[in-house]
Amino acid sequence: MDFQLSTEEEAFRDEVRAFIEQNLPSDSDRFNPAALANWNQKAREARYIGFAWPKDVGGGGGSIMQQVILKEEMAKVKAPSLGTCFMGLAWVGPSIIQYGNEKQKQQYIPEILDGAYQWCTGYSEPDSGSDLASLKCKCVRDGDEYVVNGQKIWTSIAMWSKMIILLVRTETEVDQKHDGITCLLVPMDDPGIEVRPIRNMGGGAVFAEVFFNEVRVPVENRLGAEGQGWQVTISALANERSSIAEVYGLTRKMEDVKQLARETRRAGKRAIDIPSVRRRILRAEMKIEAMRLNGQRFLTKQLKGEPLGSETSINKLHRAALEVELGELAVEINGSAGTLTKGSDEAPDDGAWAQFALGWPEVVIGGGTPNIQKNIIAERILGLPKD
Amino acid sequence: MNFGFSEEQELLRAEVRKFLDQNASIEETRKIVESQEGFDRHLWNRMAELGWVGLTMPEQHGGMGLGLVTLLVVLEETGRSLFPSPLISTVIAAKAIERFGNDEQQARWLPGLADGSQVATFALLEQSDDLAAEGIELTSTRDGDDVLLRGRKLYVPDACTANLIVVAVRSGADPEAVSLVVVESDAAGLEATDLPAMDLSKRLGKIDFSDVRVPAASVLGSPGTAWPAIRYLIDLGAALVTAETVGAAEQANQITVDFAKERIQFGSPIGRFQGVKHPLAEMYVDIESYKSLIYYAFWALDEGEDGAALAISRAKAYASETFPEAGINGVQLHGGVGYTWEYDIQLYLKRGKWMRPMFGDANYHYDRIASLGGL
Repeated sequence: MDFQLSTEEEAFRDEVRAFIEQNLPSDSDRFNPAALANWNQKAREARYIGFAWPKDVGGGGGSIMQQVILKEEMAKVKAPSLGTCFMGLAWVGPSIIQYGNEKQKQQYIPEILDGAYQWCTGYSEPDSGSDLASLKCKCVRDGDEYVVNGQKIWTSIAMWSKMIILLVRTETEVDQKHDGITCLLVPMDDPGIEVRPIRNMGGGAVFAEVFFNEVRVPVENRLGAEGQGWQVTISALANERSSIAEVYGLTRKMEDVKQLARETRRAGKRAIDIPSVRRRILRAEMKIEAMRLNGQRFLTKQLKGEPLGSETSINKLHRAALEVELGELAVEINGSAGTLTKGSDEAPDDGAWAQFALGWPEVVIGGGTPNIQKNIIAERILGLPKD
Repeated sequence: MNFGFSEEQELLRAEVRKFLDQNASIEETRKIVESQEGFDRHLWNRMAELGWVGLTMPEQHGGMGLGLVTLLVVLEETGRSLFPSPLISTVIAAKAIERFGNDEQQARWLPGLADGSQVATFALLEQSDDLAAEGIELTSTRDGDDVLLRGRKLYVPDACTANLIVVAVRSGADPEAVSLVVVESDAAGLEATDLPAMDLSKRLGKIDFSDVRVPAASVLGSPGTAWPAIRYLIDLGAALVTAETVGAAEQANQITVDFAKERIQFGSPIGRFQGVKHPLAEMYVDIESYKSLIYYAFWALDEGEDGAALAISRAKAYASETFPEAGINGVQLHGGVGYTWEYDIQLYLKRGKWMRPMFGDANYHYDRIASLGGL
């Protein structure tokens, strides 16, 4: 066991720190578009955007350890994200790099790295949520084109996206439902595409329903082979598994909740001195630390060249529980005022906590519900019979 | 960056596993715990010959001089088998002598511990059941070249089998005026009594000290300054207990998983039902997670990292909340047979009862985390 960095790793860490020192926008510039554009420009030049991707497609070619160091250093200073094309960087890009042809790589990868526009993800359907492979969105080939008819749902940022990575069914008579699924890269400006934002319980709208009516997509926009869509998706979702960024996100929220508990007085004492609040804070912190160390155990496996399997569901379950718990804790600490929303005179932090406490489903349900994660662990790791 | 065990450590794990599979099946263990001493001297001696008892003890005194991380793999396996032995007690006592004793004291006691001829333990708790310095009331009074010990220690692991007892004693009125004294169990006025408890594989006892006369040369370090040393021994004890618990919890869950695959109800193995598989998955998540915490804590202890105590308390708090639950879950998921003496899952439930208060329960460790981390 050894948790120290090697000399080369330390050198890379120093390089990242120097970059941050030089380029991090000041606190007052955190939301200034020009400052953020400059940050991304510099990050692009340093190849920190798409840092894990191969150099020949414009990525940084960073080793696993370097990726971890980069994320850790950025998280420590609460740096703005590296790049702005969130889904493009998270899984569209990796899918194109793995399954795309030369033309697709040359066309899309630089635009993702530059943050030229947003991508959205058309996977879930009204009747295909946790059971994604049962999707039905119809796709028929007609000469050099595919014709798509059907509906997607829970498509985050569809209304702000220029492109969608879309899973469709090209074959219905299949032995296994995972077969007959194809992946298409589709421009959102097609007149046959209609986007209807869905208002969430927090009052805002981030995800949408997307309707496809006789949408014609050139065959050259297919990613991977026809019927290979499931593999394309699975390998892309595997990219989502590194939990390091999640841990830092939770750590920040934890710090904020602790601060809130120190500053808020309930019945004459600080909230943090109420034994049950104190216990919940300490337990949440303990679990975040366990997540961090779980992540390091997974990382060790990756460094040894072993693929990560279903064990990543461990941290997904922790994260789901903690997202809910931290929101609940904050609202409870705020007492009666905890229910007040933005715009109320008495709302603590102008309703930010109320909004946070209504925001967890996006994370908790989005990446596979906790019950699905438990099935994965029970069946794939413990070897219990499938449902 | 390597959060894993070395090849040598993995080999050691395989060796220990083989030894336990051959010599300490659960049937054997059930017999051993019914014996007078509650452990098997013959197996203990063989473990000592293999170097496992003295693994972390200094080489010049017959030990192997290895780090605690190496001992961790041994403990995970002994825990998995619920193997009854005074290994943890002896290691804690030896660490006390090694870290806080002088050369002469080390040369006098450590070789006998490393070669297994002597069993040792650490006697801390008393009537107050308080792990704070104030909880130590057993008095130590200077009398010429000797000290006289008077009082009673409770919940002492392996009290009746230990030849050497490292005793925490009070040597002044100041709350932290405490000392560590090494007492041989045949000293006049010392009487150890077994305290029958739920977990038959872990013996607890009380030790009465009726003016036990011990040479002042048996005091470790300077008298009245041992609180930091005792603090360290509590942390170490919590770490060792938690490490053993990792293997035990994994096995409790495994036994239940195996049962759920075999037991047919409503026409299918009960492990197919989410009401059964989800608690097992949740348990897996918690065991893996406190495992990460305790692995890191052992590394931090070996490296002398500042964060070691905090890491231990997090691990022990998490383990104290998880492992007893694994036993309860296991018995419940077994149904009626889980309640029988014959099935093994109940043995793990009882181990959970033993480990929970041992060197601090979750309440204690959460408080300690708060004081170490500055809420």
